[in-house]
Amino acid sequence: MSNLLKKQKSFNELEEIANELRKRIIETGANSKIPHIGSCLSCIDLLVYIYWNELEIDPLEPNDVDRDRFLLSKGHGAPALFQVLAERGFFDKERLLEFGKPGSVFHEHPPKPGLIPGIEAATGSLGHGFSMALGMAVSSKITAKNYRTYVMLSDGECNEGSIWEAALLAPTLNLHNLTVIIDFNKWQATGRSEEIMTLQPLNLKWEAFGWHVQEIDGHNFNEMDEAFNNAKQKKNKPSVIVSNTIKGKGVSFMEDDNNWHYRIPNKEELKLALKELGFES
Amino acid sequence: MRDAFAKEMKSLVERKNNVVLLSGDIGNRMFDGLKNSRPEQFINCGIAEANMMSMAAGMALSGMRPVIYTITPFTTLRCLEQIRIGVAYHESPVVIVGTGSGLSYSELGPTHHSLEDMAILRTIPNINVLAPADKIELVFQLREAIESPNPTYIRIGKKGEPDLCKFNPNYVIGKANVIRSGTKYLLLGVGPILGEALKAAEMLELEGVNLCVASMGGVYPIDVDFLTKMISEGFTNWITLEEHGIVGGLGTAIIEWLSDSNNSKIINVKRLGVPKQFINKLGNQEYTRKQFGLDPIGIKKQILEL
Repeated sequence: MSNLLKKQKSFNELEEIANELRKRIIETGANSKIPHIGSCLSCIDLLVYIYWNELEIDPLEPNDVDRDRFLLSKGHGAPALFQVLAERGFFDKERLLEFGKPGSVFHEHPPKPGLIPGIEAATGSLGHGFSMALGMAVSSKITAKNYRTYVMLSDGECNEGSIWEAALLAPTLNLHNLTVIIDFNKWQATGRSEEIMTLQPLNLKWEAFGWHVQEIDGHNFNEMDEAFNNAKQKKNKPSVIVSNTIKGKGVSFMEDDNNWHYRIPNKEELKLALKELGFES
Repeated sequence: MRDAFAKEMKSLVERKNNVVLLSGDIGNRMFDGLKNSRPEQFINCGIAEANMMSMAAGMALSGMRPVIYTITPFTTLRCLEQIRIGVAYHESPVVIVGTGSGLSYSELGPTHHSLEDMAILRTIPNINVLAPADKIELVFQLREAIESPNPTYIRIGKKGEPDLCKFNPNYVIGKANVIRSGTKYLLLGVGPILGEALKAAEMLELEGVNLCVASMGGVYPIDVDFLTKMISEGFTNWITLEEHGIVGGLGTAIIEWLSDSNNSKIINVKRLGVPKQFINKLGNQEYTRKQFGLDPIGIKKQILEL
């Protein structure tokens, strides 16, 4: 049998990892001129928790048929996911030096599986990853495998109609092996998500669709721990963890400022950001 | 064709545990046998084709062999991006079946006509675009598609189409199937409308015109070895026939190949299909085919004009 193990880090250790990855996300974004830094910083704590303390995976056997699956349906968070996969040991960190360079497979969105170890699906066109994850969860059930499937959506992504098609079908099929995480940072590309399409009450919408709903602070590892463990205990419905997050979390001048959906930090901003994260140049 | 599809699907799910039929809430009673035999290998995904298509991609990436079944416009254009990304880009071996293709549901109106599906899907990499002439070709294509590492789209008719092809155990996807030999003109077609071509061929025979008729089986891949052979056998007047728009389908594929190939002979190609328009004056399939000269008399007339 394979070595599908969770790493189980202490919350302090997770915080240290997340802080280091915040630094690398910002540095890499600045160097490669690739945007979505704000979107990456809102979900990095969740990604670190999921990849270290939740998923049963073996980075040395990324295609193990029994592995848990994670899909980043909000594909524009790829710069964060790439850092997580590298740090978790799916591939050499040095490979991220080619991020954003011509001819590289590391660009704005996750490519199709097979090009970067650990990537389960090409996302970036919003609304696709959730349904693909649903297909993986169905397969796990039909083949009586024990793997779980996790998929992260953004709040803006919940504008897509296919999200609600999948939200209707998953409870019908009783996919209790499926956990949806919503990175609810209250922003989308051009404005407040609530103003562009009325999302609230988001929890009640998912509840009405038949989901087990939990709401947490998406930067609090204690709350994540409890919610992810609760989700696994539910045997009669799929789970959604609505995670309140702050876009740009960790750098004061990026926090809750939607300019950082697209902006690339200049030299001064990069220096300031790293200083705030505790990295003096 | 539909019944042959349901029968073959039942046999496939019984033989292979990883084959799953996904329906977009159609096929009332048609799949009862399959459902009774293997209930866990049938999922009614509701009237939600975008989700169904990406879901199938996710299943295929997990080792399953999903077959999607619904009415052609809804399983193609409705969820085109999900086909392009989840299925084709991921190279996930999903089999997409569109029923009632072309003008099969003519009287249901333009919402149910499918006259662009092959043209559009033909532009997407990695996916085979098939249109069997009858249930014999369909069953061969389905069996091969289920084993193939590539995604496949198969557009089928409805009920009661005649058998046109002879049972050929060597049949493979992408190979032409000659269903009537002849020497003067060459008709290349796809789909059940080839039945009309055979009737036209009988009428032409009485007027001394000898028509060779071949089913191309689909629009991608195209059997270029067969086309090359037809050129070397001296066929210079070709007719293409499809129950599909005249833009982008089989006729276009043939012209593209002729233009790009190194063949030095001049080949005249007459493309028969539906003009680029929406159809407002409705009738049944036979009526509508006739309006566009796609009935046996219309086909014969257009060939005699060559």
